[in-house]
Amino acid sequence: MVAKVVTVTSGKGGVGKTTTTANLAVALATLGQKVVCIDADIGLRNLDVVLGLENRIVYDLVDVVEGRCRLRQAMIRDKRLPELYLIPAAQTRDKNAVSPSDMSRLCEELRPEVDWIFIDSPAGIERGFRNALAPADMVLVVTNPEVSAVRDADRIIGIVEAEEKGPVRLILNRVNPNLTRRGDMLNAEDVLELLAVELIGIVPEDENVIISTNKGQPVALDGKSRAGLAFQNIARRLMGENVPFLNLDSGDGFLKRLTRLFRSGGTMG
Amino acid sequence: MSNWLEQLLGKKTKSADQAKERLKLVLIHDRTDLSPALLDNLKNELLAVISKHVEIDPGAVVINLTQDGREQRLVADIPLKSARRSRSG
Ligand SMILES: Nc1ncnc2c1ncn2[C@@H]1O[C@H](COP(=O)(O)OP(=O)(O)O)[C@@H](O)[C@H]1O
Ligand SMILES: [Mg+2]
Repeated sequence: MVAKVVTVTSGKGGVGKTTTTANLAVALATLGQKVVCIDADIGLRNLDVVLGLENRIVYDLVDVVEGRCRLRQAMIRDKRLPELYLIPAAQTRDKNAVSPSDMSRLCEELRPEVDWIFIDSPAGIERGFRNALAPADMVLVVTNPEVSAVRDADRIIGIVEAEEKGPVRLILNRVNPNLTRRGDMLNAEDVLELLAVELIGIVPEDENVIISTNKGQPVALDGKSRAGLAFQNIARRLMGENVPFLNLDSGDGFLKRLTRLFRSGGTMG
Repeated sequence: MSNWLEQLLGKKTKSADQAKERLKLVLIHDRTDLSPALLDNLKNELLAVISKHVEIDPGAVVINLTQDGREQRLVADIPLKSARRSRSG
């Protein structure tokens, strides 16, 4: 096995990075993949609660980096799935406790052991984000159809390209089809035209995300909700499958236009 | 109700369209680090240099930043005045 390192980032906070990381990790593990997710949001850890693993933490990322435990000991196994692990962030340390080269070293050690390494990035463009970006083979930029989130996503994409950490793939989260239909929310086409990157998923605004997060059971564990299905579809696309986009907008030729846009390819390499 | 009817009645632009138009400009300026004021200076200096060599009508000049994928382009359209030649009747 040679793992692919996927960093989930956004610039802006609260757009759905942690939700996306948890759900893609779960969805890939459901497909039989061996997955480790790393919470790189030191001081503001959350991936543990979103995954429902908060009561099982003994060691964290900083313990590994500072040599207080072996990597294996900090990997919490999710018992609901055969091969899903979490390396939690430290809660009582600041983000300077870890460096980009620490993250790269850690991922190099993990790489032969698993299929996927997911890194949940903190908001912002400082040290924590640099840590999350350093080992990335692929960068998933999560955004919402909303001016400040799109603007921040553009900044992030610019930095990722400058650092040559591509390819960048876009996830448009919290899409509200009613607002989109009546012209009060940017649609996927608009956002793609503005950001000029390749799209890998559209996730609807879905109350099941909140309900499932309350319980510590990511929506992707069962594909019954629209958001759960959307995350499962992204996981399959990551596996190289050609999965059509969900029809959130039950009207016109939106999907056809989107497919065309997608096929004609972004200018990204 | 329908779009064309709204347009016909001159209703205001949809908020998503406004968002898109505003973002287009914001992103161009974020990416190039060129504020509208800086861009104005650039235009004026450019015109001054060109005017030294050929005659132009500053009012007809169009200089814009445009987006091409993730790249920005400074596009200038500068019509030149035709040289004053004594035309034989
Ligand atoms: N598709 C969605 N539908 C509804 N709520 C969502 C969706 N995605 C995320 N949320 C909610 O938005 C909030 C922020 O999400 P989170 O993943 O913590 O963002 P980030 O990690 O980017 O700060 C959380 O309360 C989460 O439950
Ligand atoms: Mg988060």
